[in-house]
Amino acid sequence: MRLQLDGVVKRFGPVRALDGASLDVRGGSLHAVLGENGAGKTTLMRVAFGLLQPDAGTVRLDGTPRRLASPADAIAAGVGMVHQHFTIVPAMTVAENVALGGRGRYDARAAAEVVRRVGAQTGLALDPAARAADLPVAAQQRLEIVKALARDARLLILDEPAAVLTPAEARELLTWLRRFVDGGATAVLITHKLRDALAFADDVTVLRRGRTVATSPAAATDEAALTAHLLGEAGVDTAAVDTAGVATAGVGRAHYAVATPAPSTPAVTTPAVSARGLSYVDARGVTRLRDATFEVRTGELLGVVGVEGSGQHELLRLLAGRLVPSGGALDLPARVAWIPEDRHRDALLLDGTLVENLALRGAGAHRGLLPWPRLARRARALVDRFDVRAGATGVRLPARALSGGNQQKFVVARELAGDADAAPPELVVAENPTRGLDVRATAAVLARLREARAAGAAVVFYSSDLDEVLALADRVLVVYDGRVRPTPAERDAVGRAMLGAA
Amino acid sequence: MTLRPLAVGLATALLAVGALVLLLALTGHDPAAALGALWAGAAGSRYALLSATLVRAVPLILAGLAVAVAFRAGILNVGAEGQLLAGGGAATAVGLALGAAPAIVALPAALLAGVAAGAAWAGIAAVLRRRFGVLEVISTIMLNFVALHAAGWLVRGPLQEPQRIYPQSPSLGAAAQLPVIVPGSRLHLGFALAVAAGVALWAFLRFTAAGFRLRATGLNPFAAASAGRIDVAAVTTAAFLASGALAGLAGAVEVTGVTYALYENLSPGYGYTAIAVALLARLHPLGVVASGILFGALEAGAGAMQRDAGVPAVVVTVVEALLILLVLAADRLGERLRERAPAPAAAVPAVERAEAAA
Repeated sequence: MRLQLDGVVKRFGPVRALDGASLDVRGGSLHAVLGENGAGKTTLMRVAFGLLQPDAGTVRLDGTPRRLASPADAIAAGVGMVHQHFTIVPAMTVAENVALGGRGRYDARAAAEVVRRVGAQTGLALDPAARAADLPVAAQQRLEIVKALARDARLLILDEPAAVLTPAEARELLTWLRRFVDGGATAVLITHKLRDALAFADDVTVLRRGRTVATSPAAATDEAALTAHLLGEAGVDTAAVDTAGVATAGVGRAHYAVATPAPSTPAVTTPAVSARGLSYVDARGVTRLRDATFEVRTGELLGVVGVEGSGQHELLRLLAGRLVPSGGALDLPARVAWIPEDRHRDALLLDGTLVENLALRGAGAHRGLLPWPRLARRARALVDRFDVRAGATGVRLPARALSGGNQQKFVVARELAGDADAAPPELVVAENPTRGLDVRATAAVLARLREARAAGAAVVFYSSDLDEVLALADRVLVVYDGRVRPTPAERDAVGRAMLGAA
Repeated sequence: MTLRPLAVGLATALLAVGALVLLLALTGHDPAAALGALWAGAAGSRYALLSATLVRAVPLILAGLAVAVAFRAGILNVGAEGQLLAGGGAATAVGLALGAAPAIVALPAALLAGVAAGAAWAGIAAVLRRRFGVLEVISTIMLNFVALHAAGWLVRGPLQEPQRIYPQSPSLGAAAQLPVIVPGSRLHLGFALAVAAGVALWAFLRFTAAGFRLRATGLNPFAAASAGRIDVAAVTTAAFLASGALAGLAGAVEVTGVTYALYENLSPGYGYTAIAVALLARLHPLGVVASGILFGALEAGAGAMQRDAGVPAVVVTVVEALLILLVLAADRLGERLRERAPAPAAAVPAVERAEAAA
């Protein structure tokens, strides 16, 4: 089945996630969609699956324009999607998961028959009576695919299917996918991995900043060409933010590019952090970080980059002292500031006042009574100094009432202003600290990180926006597949290292 | 911070009374006579107020505090009933064993036994959650039935009165009885204990670092662990135990202050009503004292209403249920109004969703 997406635009508030993206998937082909974090790959596929309604543009299936108002419409039209995050019900059996969403009475025997039939046709064998939760991850993924195929999907969309798999499992899955397409089906594969795309796909499309920047047969391109398309040329990108009255289109991401990069590291500095042979194995037994050896020096801003799921999440939490290493040695200073990516989940008590959110820092170690009057004065001082717009009720306001930018400014203020004894942090760990912020708040947050560096802190800064890291960092550490690699702070080299290229 | 919940509580109470009047009128009763009987039974006389309403309020306040402290920590302990029975059973056993000891020993020992037994009973659910991930909503409510049957076994077995006729324990000696604090009434020292517990819990949550850790864990366990470096598992376990201890104290106080013996049906559902008491108070400890007295009055008045006006006491249960629904509805409404107010705040999560999805 042929899928054509033309000129698709999708806005979320001020952000254009898709800005006229197009994709043409020939019937009977395997089409890889590549792009950096935030390029719009998933958003585009969610449009194709009816999960999102485009603001502009068309969706055509086998040449017929379609309005897919919901996934149910897409499924009825023969489109199936396997999401990056599984959508199975763990407590149910394989057969029940496959039957879920069907109409009428549940017939266990018929459902089991469907699982066996799909298994026989495609080679994705599963025990219909097994509980989904008991399946290994690779089998859970097979179940996701079987679910789609049981509804007679003729076009299968897979979003980063290899992210949760071991390399051997990933190869097996892609080999299966190739055979599946050779048997007459059509598939779209979203991936970060150039090599997978080139080795398995018929066609390759590259998205950047919500636009299609290249599309070609896999045989007619190579890693170098794709890398160039993926990374683009710095500085010529158009605005991703068209907020009213804040930035004008065309200026785009210049807000940090024009900021003068601070002069390089002073000559004599001491290491604030030193990691030797650091490794981390998560609760599932997957090695997220292996044998990482590096230092971060005082007065230095170390940029960390990596495609999603490379191990940077764990690396930053180890540095912030929020995870305990599984192996190796890690020396951390006493005073660490921690700015996590998901502030609503990990940084704030949304229903607590700003004073309570200030008290949260160090709450684990406090003894006796909390000095609320002093905390309130301190919160007021921070709100003033860091320009947090907290309105008339000020620090008695719940954090929820602040805008996202002001929430983040408050988190940054709390973490950077030091502990109750006002000693500034020796190490600052910031994970995507500008995510979801407008231009003005982004500039404010980044300025604070530069100030912390100037004040002598070691700063570790991760951003999924490569340009942001390059504009700010003295040195860059690339994380790929659980390994860290120091990389010259230039766009091309970093971009290649992120994608695992030599 | 403290005034608004109070106003909401008052408004809901008034609405509930309005609903009661409507209900009475619809079922062919004279609302004025019924409400008059309710009032007389709850607060119409010195006896009604001191010996009915306030005495009834004591276990409701203590168990309400138990529910409040758990809910504030994000633990849905709906097992105050079982923990109360465990406390009552243990207090009876210790009070009987120390029958010959002086009051200064026997009484505190009985109360402490109740506290320890309540904490231990809640501790089972805490261990189940921590080690095996069992939801406490399930485990605590199941443990209520276990406690009920354990109490039934106690009063037919090891603690049964010597004649072995009635399913109840022998009476506690005077040394293990809580003294009456207002002469000529049944109001016992347990009322002072309950009010003191409410004030202490309020001060603990409001002023201490440990109390803040408990609240932070309840508000957002992820941020508590990540930003606050709080040992969330330890705080959760401690809150479980504190909640069970308060409910256990409620049972111990009921045995040593009112019944002086263990009965199978020691509690007419105090532990369940306590959930309503805590919710009506919006989990504020001082509010729990007030709503505990309100519920004590309603239950005391219900008896009088049935006796004197022929209105089934069950209509008061309807009013109690209505109160809870109104409080929850008011909460939802408050949230909706908050969500609608600031437009930029609403735009940001959408952006984040977009970026997370891409």
